[in-house]
Amino acid sequence: MANPVKTQNLEHIKGIRKVPQEEYYVPGHRTCQGCGPALVYKLVSKATGPNSIFLGPTGCMYVANTSYLCSPWAYPWMHTQITNGGAVASGIEAAYQVLIRKGKYKGELPNIVVMAGDGGSIDIGLQAMSGMLYRGHDALFIMYDNESYANTGIQTSPATPYGANTTFTPPGKKIPEGKVLFPKDPPQMVIGSHPAVHYVATASVAYPVDLINKVRKALNYKGPAFLHLHAPCPKGWLFDAKKTVEIAKLAIQTGMWVNYEWEKGEYTYQHTPKEYKPVKEYMKLQKRFDHLTDAHIAKMQAFIDAKLKAPGKPIAVPVQGPREMA
Amino acid sequence: MSDFKFKIPKHLEVPMGAVIPAPVKENPGMITGNWRTERPVIDHEACTLCLNCFIFCPDACWHLDEKTEKMMWNARYCKGCMICVNECPADCLTPQNELDFPKGVVRLDKPF
Repeated sequence: MANPVKTQNLEHIKGIRKVPQEEYYVPGHRTCQGCGPALVYKLVSKATGPNSIFLGPTGCMYVANTSYLCSPWAYPWMHTQITNGGAVASGIEAAYQVLIRKGKYKGELPNIVVMAGDGGSIDIGLQAMSGMLYRGHDALFIMYDNESYANTGIQTSPATPYGANTTFTPPGKKIPEGKVLFPKDPPQMVIGSHPAVHYVATASVAYPVDLINKVRKALNYKGPAFLHLHAPCPKGWLFDAKKTVEIAKLAIQTGMWVNYEWEKGEYTYQHTPKEYKPVKEYMKLQKRFDHLTDAHIAKMQAFIDAKLKAPGKPIAVPVQGPREMA
Repeated sequence: MSDFKFKIPKHLEVPMGAVIPAPVKENPGMITGNWRTERPVIDHEACTLCLNCFIFCPDACWHLDEKTEKMMWNARYCKGCMICVNECPADCLTPQNELDFPKGVVRLDKPF
């Protein structure tokens, strides 16, 4: 006789006052001053509650949090390799399903969350993430996007925007714009090719209540879900530590980031401004874009304008590949 | 100030898989209060309890004390990033240099 799987039901919160006061990502970690990913981790932990298992593929949020023989997580947390965050989550979820079926575990199924950086999800960890979403495990894959491999010293990743100065794409005489390539679109990759996924959303640290609600909604689905979270990185993007939330807000106002939900084929958009500001306002606050000329910024603006016609949907963008340009 | 003692185990004493106990309220193994050069000082009169500092602090250093209805600041772990000062809509938070405080962390012989 099979035992039914009990799942947790996390409630939707209405405002900042209903956010739980308890901390599950406790103070005492080595992240930089004003760290955006740490803020994401704190908000996600508040959303999931104590009955959760978190997996940390290698990245900032593994290296900077695990000081020698201590950690800031008040729930079970495990390090996975950067390549296999999704695979480990699949195994843990499958093991729980078997334990529940055999009656050896009587409690509710814990929230299994993978907190992968942009490298651990859409670059090095892509196959494990895709496998987990394809097989339909009841786990949540979160990509906190700080737009670089920040833990090893700000190297370029497929999420780094065009024109950013990173240690792998320094601007020089031959390539004045720094990074030439345009970034990938992670939610579209998931929406486009994973039939088991019914919920994909993007959220930003600028709107924490919205972020918490999206995490809870994703966990309430009996199946895989994917979240793409914007997390400004003061050290990598070279801005003042106190401006983390300001930059995140500006990204939404300029259209560099769009908050939306994709639920069983339907798109809904949140926090869309009436009129988008020019991307220059967002770029001039960050020193990684300091070297760009007006021509480069116009190229970026054209890319964003094309994207904003239908955010989150596959549309043509005016981008030339490096071989076309030569 | 802290009664936490760091016990460094021998190589065979480290448990299998390096499993370590989870912290409860805070992680005393990594105290970050001595990083900051400025600290946010709150004016409780002007505070409207909007909870922006609580929600936007990456280090979870602000919490609402429900008995006194005041925002409480955690001096041991605040790194001094000043996000709370930047995001306060009532302007009741001001950054002040750590040297202005006679018992500030920079003046202690052993900061925490």
